[in-house]
Amino acid sequence: MIGLNAYLIVAAAVFTIGVLGIFLNRRNVILMLMAIELILLAVNINLVAFSAYLGDLTGQVFAMFVLTVAAAEAAIGLAILVIFFRRRGTIAVDAADRMRG
Amino acid sequence: MIALLAFYLFATLTIASSIAVIFARNPVHSVLWLILAFFNAAGLMLLVGAEFIAMLLVIVYVGAVAVLFLFVVMMLDIDFASLRSGFTRNLPFGIIIALVLLAEMIVAVFAHKAGPALAGQPIASPRVPNIVAIGQLLYSRYLLPFELAGLILLVAMIGAIVLTHRSRGDTRTPKVWKQIRRRPGEAITLVEPGVGEGMKL
Repeated sequence: MIGLNAYLIVAAAVFTIGVLGIFLNRRNVILMLMAIELILLAVNINLVAFSAYLGDLTGQVFAMFVLTVAAAEAAIGLAILVIFFRRRGTIAVDAADRMRG
Repeated sequence: MIALLAFYLFATLTIASSIAVIFARNPVHSVLWLILAFFNAAGLMLLVGAEFIAMLLVIVYVGAVAVLFLFVVMMLDIDFASLRSGFTRNLPFGIIIALVLLAEMIVAVFAHKAGPALAGQPIASPRVPNIVAIGQLLYSRYLLPFELAGLILLVAMIGAIVLTHRSRGDTRTPKVWKQIRRRPGEAITLVEPGVGEGMKL
């Protein structure tokens, strides 16, 4: 039988890969958004695994909410990306210096 | 045995395709690897009996989010090669951070047994189907969060439309107020006057 630990390790690996993706693709916003999706997927795997092994469905309900927020975040992020590209003609992160941040 | 085999297959493919997402040279390939990762994660969730979340993952992520990414990647004319300039420079540092993070999380995984909640107990066999149980929970105890989730989606939808919508000067849109203010008296009517009778205006 597959233990809970196996699921947690898979989720940890996916989460780490997502963080690594943000580090490596520091200039490409689309890939950063995809890495964020990977991180949220890892969180969902964790929530579902704990929910199944505890016999408590709350984790799955919250996985659904995480899914909702991830979808909303992707939609807004890509919309911002599209208008940013329209204005500046590039999606490099270091081109976003208009506000001198 | 088959479940074990399926678990290792799905787990390996999830991790491998996540790695491919961040290392692929072409962003379109990245999105396709992301879709594969989502499918395999859905398989992982099926194995523990979370059918609803698995199907939701396929429908929402693969059907909506990934297609959205694909649209944006293909629509925008971006020079992706130049965006990879810092890749090799960031690689050693990023790998170190990732390894530290992974080690920490794996230590945490083996530490969860310290808690009182569970000690490797098997999955409880469900009495009602997963979707029925989630539905009962969603529409009773979590009704307010569920409605708020809908509100979040509405806000995201309106926000995305407002952000990307641009009014172009060269299009002729119908003036709704003018159409609504119209009265029958000022409308053009078709009349067929008889020969030699004329018509009243």
